[in-house]
Amino acid sequence: MTASRRDFLTAAITTTGAAMTSDRSQVDSSGHDHEHQAIPSDFALRVKSLESLLVEKGLVDRAALDALVDTYEHKIGPRNGARVVARAWTDPAYKQRLLGNADSAIAELGYGGMQGEHMRVVENTPKVHNLIVCTLCSCYPWPVLGLPPVWYKSAPYRSRAAIDPRGVLQEFGVKLADDVEVRVWDSTAELRYLVLPERPGGSENMSEEELVALVTRDSMVGVGKARRPGEVDRS
Amino acid sequence: MNGIHDMGGMHGMGVIQAEKGEPVFHAPWEGRVFALRRAMGAWRKWNIDTSRHEIELVPPAEYLSLSYYARQFVALLEMLVKSGLVKRTEIESGVAAKDQPKATPALTAEKAAALVAKGVPTSRNLPVAARFEIGQLVRARNMHPAGHTRLPRYARGKIGTVQQDHGVFVFPDTNAHFLGENPQHVYSVRFSARELWGQQAAVQDSVYLDMWDDYLEPA
Repeated sequence: MTASRRDFLTAAITTTGAAMTSDRSQVDSSGHDHEHQAIPSDFALRVKSLESLLVEKGLVDRAALDALVDTYEHKIGPRNGARVVARAWTDPAYKQRLLGNADSAIAELGYGGMQGEHMRVVENTPKVHNLIVCTLCSCYPWPVLGLPPVWYKSAPYRSRAAIDPRGVLQEFGVKLADDVEVRVWDSTAELRYLVLPERPGGSENMSEEELVALVTRDSMVGVGKARRPGEVDRS
Repeated sequence: MNGIHDMGGMHGMGVIQAEKGEPVFHAPWEGRVFALRRAMGAWRKWNIDTSRHEIELVPPAEYLSLSYYARQFVALLEMLVKSGLVKRTEIESGVAAKDQPKATPALTAEKAAALVAKGVPTSRNLPVAARFEIGQLVRARNMHPAGHTRLPRYARGKIGTVQQDHGVFVFPDTNAHFLGENPQHVYSVRFSARELWGQQAAVQDSVYLDMWDDYLEPA
């Protein structure tokens, strides 16, 4: 280990230790452990300090940072993927293109780019259920789903999705019949996966635009199903 | 490397906790870390495989106790120093060294939009021969490199079937260490869940992994 790594980590751990302590009390009171909510303020200061240094050295442009944050906070998110899915539900030719060459089919709707350079779409059917994970880090199809939620990047999900997908699905409220085949897709290379969920019953008369609202982020990762018409958003 | 990041199949990591109405970033600094990594990556002093490996190098106890963006921040500091873009003394003091000329940012707001729209493809349009064909039985190599690899431990030594040839891609095991792109075919390989996990798994279930040529041998 280099000296610099030790120093960076020492500073990081000292503050995280305090955060972990306050987490424990949160777990006791609410039963939920929101590690990210107990962020040490020191990190905010250290990141700010680094940003100022890099700006001073002429290595970064603050406007570029602002643009990147704004893009992923406000412009790119799971609604993109929902539009892809709704189109596939209503246009059989599009669905064929999507399953055959996801990159170009997704580009038809104007989506693509960073962390979605090489896309593949896998289809859920009454007999096959697909689940996406990245056991090694946090690979996720940004152009269609935005940045991943904390649980997707967390050790509990990454450790269990491949070995116990049915248990994981049950915790997310998805109960599969014993004869359904579960396919787990571990994103080990630069392919990024999107699940095409089953179109819910009762949605036959809905327009493509109305269908978009039924497509949840979770259903496109494979930890949920698309909403039924009239079902409330629980995410 | 056989690191803590390679956690597929491990037990005891706790309960999956999904947060309702989760924000993209939980604090402004997380967004800045995300953006700083993209902006500094534009200097091309490292690549995506290097940056993944740098996170893997965070020691296990720290890896598990730091939040996602905290890990990313620590790894970014390491890459800044290793690449020579920033001196360690500058990070510690927060003050730029006097002897360095001021640079012009590699990534402007305009270029950031282009980066987001185009991404950084890792496929290579090169006439590299495929060593395996669709339908072929293959064994994931029993290998344990100390450096970067994208072959998870849980698949090593296991037999699967090639389902699809994705084409030619940069090889992370060499690229991460600046030893060349070593482009080669990547395949979608299906492993039955029972091959990986034994009788506890449902007989019809499977796990698909994307595997480079160098991760495989004929079964």
